[in-house]
Amino acid sequence: MADVATAPATKPATRKRTARERQHSRTGWLFVAPFGVVFVVFLVTPLVYAFYLSLFSKGLATGTAFAGVNNYIRAFTDPSFLKGVWFVVRFSIVLIPVQMLVSLAAALVLDNLTNRFARFARLMIFLPYAVPAVIGALMWGFLYSPSFGPLEQLFGADAPFLLSPDNIFYGLMNVVTWQWAGYYMIIIYAALRGIDPTIYEAAKIDGANAWQVALRIKIPMVRSALVLILVFALIGTLQFFTEPQVLGPVANGTITPDFTPNIYAFNLAFKYAQFNYASAISFSLGAIVFVGVYIFLFVTRKRGSVL
Amino acid sequence: MKKKALIAGLSAVAIVASLAACSGGGEGGTTNAKPTNCTNKIVNADAPVVSVWAWYPNMATVVDNFNNSHDDVQVCWTVAGQGADEYAKLQTAVSAGKGAPDVVMLETDQLTGFEIQEALVDISEYGANDVKGNFAEGAWGDVSQGDAVYAIPIDGGPMAMIYRKDIFEQFGITPPTTWEEYEAAAQTVKDAGGPFFGNLGSNVPAALTALMQQNGAVPFEYDLADPQKISINLDSPEVQEVMDYWAGLVEKGLIGTEDQFTTDYISGVVGGKYATYVSAAWAPGYLTGAGVGQGDDAGLFAVAPLPQWDVDNPVSVNWGGSTLAVTSQAGDKELAAKVAIELYADEPSLTDGWKTQTIFPLNKDVLTSDEFVNNEVEFFGGQTANRDVYVPAADAYEGTTYSPFSVYYYAQLQAQLVKISAGDVGGAQAATDLQDIIVKYAQEQGFTVE
Repeated sequence: MADVATAPATKPATRKRTARERQHSRTGWLFVAPFGVVFVVFLVTPLVYAFYLSLFSKGLATGTAFAGVNNYIRAFTDPSFLKGVWFVVRFSIVLIPVQMLVSLAAALVLDNLTNRFARFARLMIFLPYAVPAVIGALMWGFLYSPSFGPLEQLFGADAPFLLSPDNIFYGLMNVVTWQWAGYYMIIIYAALRGIDPTIYEAAKIDGANAWQVALRIKIPMVRSALVLILVFALIGTLQFFTEPQVLGPVANGTITPDFTPNIYAFNLAFKYAQFNYASAISFSLGAIVFVGVYIFLFVTRKRGSVL
Repeated sequence: MKKKALIAGLSAVAIVASLAACSGGGEGGTTNAKPTNCTNKIVNADAPVVSVWAWYPNMATVVDNFNNSHDDVQVCWTVAGQGADEYAKLQTAVSAGKGAPDVVMLETDQLTGFEIQEALVDISEYGANDVKGNFAEGAWGDVSQGDAVYAIPIDGGPMAMIYRKDIFEQFGITPPTTWEEYEAAAQTVKDAGGPFFGNLGSNVPAALTALMQQNGAVPFEYDLADPQKISINLDSPEVQEVMDYWAGLVEKGLIGTEDQFTTDYISGVVGGKYATYVSAAWAPGYLTGAGVGQGDDAGLFAVAPLPQWDVDNPVSVNWGGSTLAVTSQAGDKELAAKVAIELYADEPSLTDGWKTQTIFPLNKDVLTSDEFVNNEVEFFGGQTANRDVYVPAADAYEGTTYSPFSVYYYAQLQAQLVKISAGDVGGAQAATDLQDIIVKYAQEQGFTVE
């Protein structure tokens, strides 16, 4: 894939730039400008400012003072932050395989079906992704309710509360899988549709059954799509925020202000007025996400290519 | 080629221009320019305008009353969220140095935290002390630090015990007057197969703090005159006793552990899942608004004074209640102080407030008025709740010293309450843990802890 995309269209005959080429390059910059401005104003500037903030410290009873890396040292020894990181790491380890299995299974089944039901099912599986995360979480809050949710009707007074300290891990996993599996399914499904059908024919002639086609041909050929969704899921889960934040008020206190690193940073900044430390927490989380994703991409790189 | 470059350039300019327009729009909140996005109508267009954030349910009436009766100043009112949501916005505006309103509604326990950030103005020099006589000493103490006055009290939340008459009759019990009797009654109801007697919600740490104070605990000692010094007494015997008491009720299965103000909790209250609700004077209004006590349930509720630790020395405590404060970002501080003092102080507004049960007023004129005292409260089936319970409780309230980091303290107390509810920790141990956490935080914030 990479070879096709980067094949040079023009020959590098003479390296001296003509006036025409310079004109081209100016036009190119103009086309990039709208993106560039938004990128600088809304991404680079806030990042630089947040980093600048993270180098200072301010207590309620003290003024602002330069702190250097002290905020970062504090972050990586802060039990609240470490506990939150440990939660999202554990959550990723369990959630991502489940999510991928569900979406892969759905995509493989839908790829094999060609009737009208397949199209309907595809839409239905994708639908949760079209529901805004906040609405989805609110809806699950009601479904999990111990006094008027469906669980209450099944189990009566002994209904399990899926947001209790013991169950919250699975309660949230269910919400997130429901929300994202459909989206990942569409990515895998699109990759599956891109496979040349003649390969299946050849496999059939060689005597492969449907299982073998799925396991030996389809899955290896959508490998890059699987890596892509894994990276998406990893970044998203390490930055877990919306669902626990929305479910917090109905979770009977299970979702603490330091439940995930992102929720912790949010509360530090906007409830405890510690913008400096919150910036340091955010950058620390960013570093963890970056390292995690890098390690992952390095491990799953194609043989022979360097990242 | 020229044409393409031109189009690209133009589109870039257009996007930059629209971005600039966006960022320009955000600056409307500053004070000197006249605010335009008011929820209410400005009656007298020539008068200077003071911006106000508040979430009283009857605020529209209150603001109209004010604007109609004032030619010299007009109020521009916005709802910036209720409670925590508004505080987060105000905190952001304070940190940013702009964007705060001139006058802001704050609960009493939030004042110290904003005072220490110099976000509020001492309005004693703008005539605040002229209305001091309108309020009980306890209520005035909550808004002042020494001679400095940082807000005008509007409503309070004297605590009492709301109970279900039908459940009490069914199990043959009378309203308990001490906490000991409360537990005994709870046991009686449980042994007879009755519902929970009460509830310990982890999300009402302010209520539990009030109950600690009822037992003589002084969780925080703090004085703005010496702003770096604080003393924290969360592991005192009084606090431990109260925490142990509630943890014991939970452990024995006598009370529920549901978070309050949630749909689940309200549906439990409607269904008679709890025999009592230890809460503040604003609770009947809240419950009525949530649909409790209507239809078949009408008149089932009654109210009794808060059970005591020592009947011979009864103590009244307060949960919630709010004030109007002037922010240091106010353009004209004197004018803003005038609004804070007069906004919710006129007779029609106060009467509307207590008649709609949206506030329990602290203004003495109301508290002593015959109409208020002898009002037969519909929610309590015609009981004269003000005369019997709430007015005496409000009169006996002596005031509270709050810490400058209430939000953090409440979050940590809530975490301990969750552990108690789960049976992970005993009451006294939770108090000790809480003390350690809060002391560490105070030190991190640069306080000298005594």
